[in-house]
Amino acid sequence: MKRFHHLQNVATLAYDRDKCVGCGLCIAVCPHRVFVLKKDKAEIQDREACMECGACALNCPTEAVAVTPGVGCASYIIQTWLPKGTTPQCC
Amino acid sequence: MDGFITTPSGRVPRVKAHPTLWDRLGDCRARLGLDRNNYTVNPGLYAVGDPSPDAPVVVTANYKLTFDTVRFALRGRNAWILVTDTRGINVWCAGGKGSFSAEAVALQVRKAGLDRVVSHRRLILPQLSANGVRLRDVRKATGFEAVLGPIRAEDLSRFLDQGPDDAMREVTFTFMERLAVVPVELVLGWKMVLAVLAAAAVLSLIGTELALGAVFQRWILAATATLFGLLSGAIAFPLLLPRLPTRLFSLAGAGLAAIPALALPLLFPSPAWPALVGVGLWTMTVSAWTALNFTGSTPYTSPSGVEKEMRAAIPTLAGSTVLSVICFIWGNLQ
Ligand code: SF4
Ligand code: SF4
Repeated sequence: MKRFHHLQNVATLAYDRDKCVGCGLCIAVCPHRVFVLKKDKAEIQDREACMECGACALNCPTEAVAVTPGVGCASYIIQTWLPKGTTPQCC
Repeated sequence: MDGFITTPSGRVPRVKAHPTLWDRLGDCRARLGLDRNNYTVNPGLYAVGDPSPDAPVVVTANYKLTFDTVRFALRGRNAWILVTDTRGINVWCAGGKGSFSAEAVALQVRKAGLDRVVSHRRLILPQLSANGVRLRDVRKATGFEAVLGPIRAEDLSRFLDQGPDDAMREVTFTFMERLAVVPVELVLGWKMVLAVLAAAAVLSLIGTELALGAVFQRWILAATATLFGLLSGAIAFPLLLPRLPTRLFSLAGAGLAAIPALALPLLFPSPAWPALVGVGLWTMTVSAWTALNFTGSTPYTSPSGVEKEMRAAIPTLAGSTVLSVICFIWGNLQ
């Protein structure tokens, strides 16, 4: 996916190296190869590729990764702007 | 359906691993975006081939297009397919929405009495369900270990033989994958086009000449501009996506549409120039909007990124819509 990138510096992905136990789950679940394992710790190798799907944060056993998950599509975003009450639907 | 297999937990329906004409027709309709919302299979356990108690269990969503892709990918193998109730939505979207979750998987494991059907304790989940399924929760709830399978069903065979590799862990967006979403974009775009054509018909009534022929001429110009915009945004844009020089979907969509917009004066030499400027601008606006909507079909845009682009693009597109209407009317009054 190196050929596809959207805007820079927007992803809400946060990673706390101290909490990481190196289980490797974030590396396995991520569909964009954002993480790599180096010296028994996860490391962010391609932050710009993150699409904020939330898989890493959901599966990390120690909450070392955090991200505000959502769907990156225009109609979903419009619905998040509308008054609360209806949960955004997509797909 | 192809008979039943008797297991200690009851009879399990066996499904064919090759598509019938009926499957193909249904899949075509779903791909076209027609009845995408009720194209489902019943949740539960299914068999492919002649699975024994140690055959692998592949978990998937109950969107029929997804289920079909999985069972056809397992052709020639013996396996179990456990279909979770994702309300007819594909794996990725169901994970994001929360309907493909550890609880949903656990529910089907219990309902099917899977612990008596198979001798092992391993479930293969699609990788893209990991944004909805916390793998360790599946184990807690069922005693089955949830293993991450490949993203694409076509890699299942390789996964079952050799285990995971890097290539099956990364999403792709190839030319063929982009081509496959074009029909959906066009079908979604049509509703907007019909509304625009109706609005254009009303606007075409304004002009120096009110004869039916003249009104129709003006309408045809507006309609052609709209169609050009849709074709540019929904076909040219997705196919050319990796070659476009900007990351902004809306800007790239507008830029691409400059070509058909410039062709409009060649096709319609008679209208006054402001009208041609107006429809040209409209072609670019439609294309930009359609391209922006394409973010819903890509596997790489993040909500933060799309929101940021939309905050800039929507006022601009609203402005250019107003401007093109003004130009169109102004030109037609000359
Ligand atoms: S949110 Fe999704 S894309 Fe981003 S790093 Fe986590 S798993 Fe990867
Ligand atoms: S999932 Fe969490 S603990 Fe495991 S490697 Fe990634 S960051 Fe570290």
